[in-house]
Amino acid sequence: MAHEHKLEIFRGLLKFKSNVSKIWGVLIFLSIITIVEVVLGIIKPASLTGNFFLGMKLLNWIFIILTVVKAYYIAWDFMHLRDEKSSLRRAIVWTPIFLVSYLIFILLVEADYIHNIYRDGFVTWNF
Amino acid sequence: MDSTVTTGAEENVWGGGNRPLGASYGKLMMWFFIVSDALTFSGFLAAYGFTRFKFMETWPIADEVFTHVPFFHGIYPMYYVAFMTFVLIMSSVTMVLAVDAGHKMKQNAVIWYMFATVLGGAVFVGSQAWEWATFIKGDYGALETKGGRILQFVKADTGERAALADFASVIPDERQEHEKRNGVWYYEEKALPSFSLNEVIAGFESQPNILIRTEVLNEEGHKTLLSREESLEKLKSAVQVVEGANLIQNEYGSRLFGDFFFFITGFHGFHVLTGVFINIIIFFNAIVGTYERRGHYEMVEKVGLYWHFVDLVWVFVFTFFYLV
Repeated sequence: MAHEHKLEIFRGLLKFKSNVSKIWGVLIFLSIITIVEVVLGIIKPASLTGNFFLGMKLLNWIFIILTVVKAYYIAWDFMHLRDEKSSLRRAIVWTPIFLVSYLIFILLVEADYIHNIYRDGFVTWNF
Repeated sequence: MDSTVTTGAEENVWGGGNRPLGASYGKLMMWFFIVSDALTFSGFLAAYGFTRFKFMETWPIADEVFTHVPFFHGIYPMYYVAFMTFVLIMSSVTMVLAVDAGHKMKQNAVIWYMFATVLGGAVFVGSQAWEWATFIKGDYGALETKGGRILQFVKADTGERAALADFASVIPDERQEHEKRNGVWYYEEKALPSFSLNEVIAGFESQPNILIRTEVLNEEGHKTLLSREESLEKLKSAVQVVEGANLIQNEYGSRLFGDFFFFITGFHGFHVLTGVFINIIIFFNAIVGTYERRGHYEMVEKVGLYWHFVDLVWVFVFTFFYLV
């Protein structure tokens, strides 16, 4: 049990006086991110939905990046990975990241291929 | 660890004396479980991504599916899911506060924070049940074509969605029910939709204000609206009326959309439900003073890890199911 807590977030930019105030600080940060996501999801600015990066809308990239940021703070501060030894932290974090990235890569490439087959093939799927 | 044979040296590496990761056995095992469970959820979400990419041009728009808020009428996309997300994050916060209070051996604070956590979890599970009920019931109704595609209806003048009840005409007909005493082979009859296919078609033909909307997304990311002539032509391919959703078909569009909704949010909801039960056990243990006698509140910390994990998964489900 790690009793001593690391109290700074944003790479030392923000340092809290106690663990409890750090928890509330992280809550505020996560809430802001969620509100930004919902507002963007409702408004859907045309500049973000009309432009693409690597075949995906910019808006969706923003959602995914914000999600990863949220996941980081949940894991680091709520699951207190920040206070664990770096060896434990790396074993927990990099194993799934490696496996999941690989899985996503092969599945999405395959799905895109099937999508093209459906679109360009000689068989009608919508009749 | 008491049963380990001591070899003399307390910090003997091969005797299990040191802890290279600085975490207790129970906590490590919880992390093992969490990592494996994270991979299971990733499998689900990656499969969802696969299907979504496969049917890129016809996938339903989540904003148009999840538009209801309990006790309010009208269309409020996303608000309720955002509320659910907030409830879950909030109950995660009370859980960390309980863990923090446990480190300081404050029994009463742990009890109250655990109580708040259980409450938050229960609100979330209840919301999800409501969300499921709404999804299964459906709201507008649609037709399904021979090819398994969904045709939805729109009012031409306002551009709003039209429910089947808005335009379908009522044709009196009698339905012969097959009863058990009439045959050897008897199956329970499926529930009938509120309108028959003929009633919907007759109603559509008599009301020029109604147009058909197909599953196909246009350049701007909206569903394609057909003209009146195209609509009448398209109507010929309809074979049945679909209301609401089940594992076989749903009125929102692609059949797999409903399946993934049930599987992913269901699997997550099951985790939340389990988490609530485990939290209740911890809550009562804290009340009767089990952890005071044990001398530490590590159990709260371990269950806390699970509870945060559930929150973590929801963050991803929220993004990939409702936002993207």
